[in-house]
Amino acid sequence: MQKLDAVDAVSLREVPAFRAGDTLKVGVNIIEGSRSRIQVFQGVVISRSGAGVRETFTVRKVSFGVGVERTFPLHSPTVDHIEVVSRGAVRRAKLYYLRGRSGKAAKIRERREPTSAS
Amino acid sequence: MTSTTTSERAVKALLGTKLGMTQVWDEAGRLRPVTVIEVGSNVVTQVKSPETDGYSSVQLAYGQIDPRKLTQPLRARFDAAGITPRRHLAEVRTSDAAEYSVGQELTAELFEAGAVVDVVGTTKGKGTAGVMKRHGFHGVGASHGAHRNHRKPGSIGGASTPSRVFKGLRMAGRMGHDRQTTQNLTIHSVDLEKGYLLVVGPVPGPRGGIVVVKTASKGAQR
Repeated sequence: MQKLDAVDAVSLREVPAFRAGDTLKVGVNIIEGSRSRIQVFQGVVISRSGAGVRETFTVRKVSFGVGVERTFPLHSPTVDHIEVVSRGAVRRAKLYYLRGRSGKAAKIRERREPTSAS
Repeated sequence: MTSTTTSERAVKALLGTKLGMTQVWDEAGRLRPVTVIEVGSNVVTQVKSPETDGYSSVQLAYGQIDPRKLTQPLRARFDAAGITPRRHLAEVRTSDAAEYSVGQELTAELFEAGAVVDVVGTTKGKGTAGVMKRHGFHGVGASHGAHRNHRKPGSIGGASTPSRVFKGLRMAGRMGHDRQTTQNLTIHSVDLEKGYLLVVGPVPGPRGGIVVVKTASKGAQR
């Protein structure tokens, strides 16, 4: 697919470095009729999937006791901004096990030195 | 030949190479799957007119070729037209053929974003395929005592009447590698610098396959 990198480069956007376990604030562009506003979706990244222009990430939060997961294309114009709130210390790339947990069991420890070595 | 032939229309066409598929977002933020077709530059090698040929059309050529690989008849044609040889040729019936001239270069700017086109290509070859894959037969049950005949076609006809198998009965065999036209695709955008056409949706053939992009044959512009 390297042939099409030039085509994809137009769509690629600057995104902060984050990984599964990190807590994000995702600004989502919502268009209501003619107006548009930005809604913030805050939660834990439980997976990043794919590569290049088709990469997506899934954010999970618990809202009024109900688990809510949203999957965003990483380079979508619907995603207005991504802000990393905290880094999580986790040992795997996909945190689907969080779905079966609640309360303290679903808590993720904070990573001490975020990406110390370059 | 006769006057009953359908009224000819002005058709714009380009030969190109299918580079592959990717995705882009449109202005409304919707995700669009697109096929990237590299058209580079096409050259007009012949213009046919009703006076000389009985119909009007344009012959296009595309792609590089080692001149030593040309057959003598092709070489003579390219030499007569004074054009460096190209690998692929295609003829396009169009009513406005007289507006083209031999040696004229055509690039991606022939089409603009939003245009509706048909894309002609050769589908991927599948080799010998059974009736389920080739014709969409339902096959035979997976269980209930079905014995080693899960993907078979079943009966292919009667017995002593008609004591033959009807012609054209769908059976297993070579599948794919057929000429196919995908109609009414929209051009998402045109990259003039690289000579790319971005067409929304899939296009017949493998990556690297040769396709013809032309004005849609159906629709309002008729």
